[in-house]
Amino acid sequence: MLLSFTLLLSGCSSLTVLNPKGPAARTLSDTIIFSILVMVGILAVVYTLYIVILTKYRAKKSNEGYEPPHEEGNKWLEILWTAIPILIVVVLSVVTVKTTVAVEKVPAGYEDQKPLVIYASSSNWKWHFSYPEEGIETVNYVNIPTNRPIEFRLYSFGPITSFWIPQLHGQKYAMSDMLTKLNMVAEEPGSMLGRNANFSGEGFAHMEFETLAMTPTEYDKWVKDVKETAPELKEDEFNKLLKTEHVGRMTFSSNHLEFSPPPAEGHHHGGDANGNMEGMDHNELHPDPATTEESEFDNVPNVDPNKPDPDSSLDESSNHQHEGH
Amino acid sequence: MKWDEFFVTGEPLIYGAMVSIVLASLAILFGLTYYKKWGYLWREWLTTVDHKRIGVMYILCALIMLFRGGVDAIMMRAQTAAPDMKFLDGQHYNEVFTTHGVIMILFMAMPFIFGLMNVVIPLQIGARDVAFPKLNAISFWLFFAGAMLFNISFVIGGSPDAGWTAYFPLASIEFSPTVGNNYYSLALQISGIGTLLTGLNFIVTIMKMRAPGMTLMRMPMFTWAVLITCVIIIFAFPVLTIALLLMLFDRVFGSQFFTMANGGMDMLWANLFWVWGHPEVYIVILPAFGIFSEIISTFSRKNLYGYSSMVLSMVIISGLSFLVWAHHFYTMGQGAMVNGFFSITTMAIAVPTGIKIFNWLFTLRKGRISFTTPMLYSLAFIPIFTIGGVTGVMLAMASADYQYHNTMFLVAHFHYVLIPGAVFAVIAGFHYWFPKVFGFRLNEKLGKLAFWFIAISFNVTFFPLFFLGLKGMTRRTYTYSAETGFGPLNMLSMVGAIGLAIGFIILVYNIYWSTRYEPRDKTGDPWDARALEWSTPSPVPVYNFAVTPKVKGRDAYWFSKKNNEPLSDEKITKIHMPSNTGKPFILGIAFFFLGFFLVFSWWIPSIIAGIAVLIIMATMSFDRNNGYYIPVEEIVQTEQKLRGDTV
Repeated sequence: MLLSFTLLLSGCSSLTVLNPKGPAARTLSDTIIFSILVMVGILAVVYTLYIVILTKYRAKKSNEGYEPPHEEGNKWLEILWTAIPILIVVVLSVVTVKTTVAVEKVPAGYEDQKPLVIYASSSNWKWHFSYPEEGIETVNYVNIPTNRPIEFRLYSFGPITSFWIPQLHGQKYAMSDMLTKLNMVAEEPGSMLGRNANFSGEGFAHMEFETLAMTPTEYDKWVKDVKETAPELKEDEFNKLLKTEHVGRMTFSSNHLEFSPPPAEGHHHGGDANGNMEGMDHNELHPDPATTEESEFDNVPNVDPNKPDPDSSLDESSNHQHEGH
Repeated sequence: MKWDEFFVTGEPLIYGAMVSIVLASLAILFGLTYYKKWGYLWREWLTTVDHKRIGVMYILCALIMLFRGGVDAIMMRAQTAAPDMKFLDGQHYNEVFTTHGVIMILFMAMPFIFGLMNVVIPLQIGARDVAFPKLNAISFWLFFAGAMLFNISFVIGGSPDAGWTAYFPLASIEFSPTVGNNYYSLALQISGIGTLLTGLNFIVTIMKMRAPGMTLMRMPMFTWAVLITCVIIIFAFPVLTIALLLMLFDRVFGSQFFTMANGGMDMLWANLFWVWGHPEVYIVILPAFGIFSEIISTFSRKNLYGYSSMVLSMVIISGLSFLVWAHHFYTMGQGAMVNGFFSITTMAIAVPTGIKIFNWLFTLRKGRISFTTPMLYSLAFIPIFTIGGVTGVMLAMASADYQYHNTMFLVAHFHYVLIPGAVFAVIAGFHYWFPKVFGFRLNEKLGKLAFWFIAISFNVTFFPLFFLGLKGMTRRTYTYSAETGFGPLNMLSMVGAIGLAIGFIILVYNIYWSTRYEPRDKTGDPWDARALEWSTPSPVPVYNFAVTPKVKGRDAYWFSKKNNEPLSDEKITKIHMPSNTGKPFILGIAFFFLGFFLVFSWWIPSIIAGIAVLIIMATMSFDRNNGYYIPVEEIVQTEQKLRGDTV
């Protein structure tokens, strides 16, 4: 029965969360199915006891005049139903900690590849995707190469939002005063829905974006196309865009990181760290020179599997803005 | 402020609400005048310090708020019943789910539980009233002022729209410029002070006013649950008080605690909110556990199984409730180790909760179970709440929560915990203790009909939401397109919601029907129950016990019936009772106006109202009214009248 239940759940591809397209989401899907099986087991025990007791001891003609006994409790039974739940909790705790650590890192098997860094930032009810390496930017859609680790760096130009592509990974908050990171890999080409999961005001329901995973060759071709054909993103245009409530898809051959650095940029520049808090206030955006930042990204040796986060050592010394580690 | 901004305009639904509010108020005023009930209202209710009457007023407010919050719920379900519905716009939907959450938790579940606490606790411990009767009235009127302040927001100035969690910076003046969130902070603040006072009052009552012989380990389980709840209240509510104060400063005085600029931290609000917010869940759930313990024990005609482990598990739950708050935002990026810690503390709560479930099952075992209305709610609680519990463990797993967070799966989970936990409990308690207060039972046939509607419709409404969550539907989403495939399950949920509404209407109709036609109960003990409250006549006279009972063990009244030993052999003497006072009511009004003026930042009126509050409190300090005595003859007469025999 349990087996068929598993098949039913995993075979049900309309349940997005249980229909993963990458290793992180697969780990989460497996965890969820495992936990459902454990819970069904627990429910089965409680429900069996419940039904048996209710049918056997209900008041009926045949037990009229029956005076129930006085029972204080039973030490051994009570120890039993304390110990077994503790064991279950221990097992689930081990699974939880293991999988939580696993999905925070670059997915296993992809550690030796250089991750593609994409900054995903939210403003009003849209998403901006900045590709620092490629020097391009998109709005409300993101294209990624398959079989390559992607490191999304998340922040917000306003209320807390939550970046979520359920078929690739679970969600993480994007906030105005600290950068968070989400590592994922798409293992098959295809279009997937991404969205903000955290309520952020009136237009929240429409805050969706398409995630299109494509083969590396197609991806390179797309980047080249964008570089050649898309317009540049100018600072005043970006400021106007930030204030707009909803827009369709947009593509640019440069990105806003050049004049409006993200919160954790302070890690590299030290002195900028505190100023950046105000920098996130969308009324005054930092007019930083572009070139130093760009080369900064390219030089980050982000591929050492033992050090998944090259920034973490600087975290405490520089300022109080932590990243997700 | 312009006057056309003062009232909410442009919404036909809101115009309808305004008209109905005005008509209802006029009808009440007319009715009171026509039947010459103003004096009665003032003498018997507005100035009362009697714990039973205060309890009744709490429950009456809670029932009205249940309908207000229920209408919100139906509107939300209607808007999402099908793809691209045009019933509510985004802003209106946001206001509706915000008020639904705040009202159901703070102005429905809490006062309902406080009402039952007020009615039952002094009776269960053999006391004449609570330790501080006047303070108790203040608690109620502060709650009432807060509730009214929150409720007028939707016609005057606009409702809060940032969710019941009011996360910053969304709830800041920058992103939420209407006065809605000012109402949120002030209404919760005023009723929160009342809650804190109730917590203190009942701790003192339970610690100091128990009948002779009632040691702590002989207390009924509901009394234990309330004691532990009150301890949680006095530790958790100060956090909310401070958080709301900082919120008010941010919104009204331009401070920057939680804003985006100048070093404000939005995550600080989330932390403070949930440091209060998670224990708050147990503030409504633990009394529910107590109510179920009383009812299950009574209707299986057995003592409660594993009494000591029941108490111990509640103590452990109360401690753990302060160590799990971060599980509400695993996705904030605090790293695997922090999330791991909070996962383990959260799952650990399942252990004491499991102990309670098994103890209830073993209380039923070898019993003689009769399926009365309160018992039906208590029995339905076990399987439904267990689903809420196991999905809670699933949500506690940080990694998996990255996929459940903010989705309908979460919404399904907490309704599966709070409805069978809190709502079934208060309805069960309402049916169970109703005859104690009013002297007649609610009709069983109608009660059972309402129960089946509510229990079945509840599952039809909320079970589909688990699947919607796994399909990727986020909470607080006012619309979705047909391609998402969310339509059919949402429609099913809407059908369930209508069933729930019918169930609650039958429940209220039952109160009306039973008041008119149900036979009066002369025994004072219609359920053949076990705790001290049933040893008094019904309706309970103002002084509760003609003579203070003596307690020799647990289930004191049960054993006094069984062994045919009276609870006390002492003679009736004159009884000292506290006098009524109108000051708590007036204080409530002053607080209401203080809050209202602050919402709109009208400084001069605010200062005047603030001074009025201080003056009323000062005059209370100089009150030298030491109460009055009820003479012996009057007590004897009352007892004879109620019991129909001599004492």
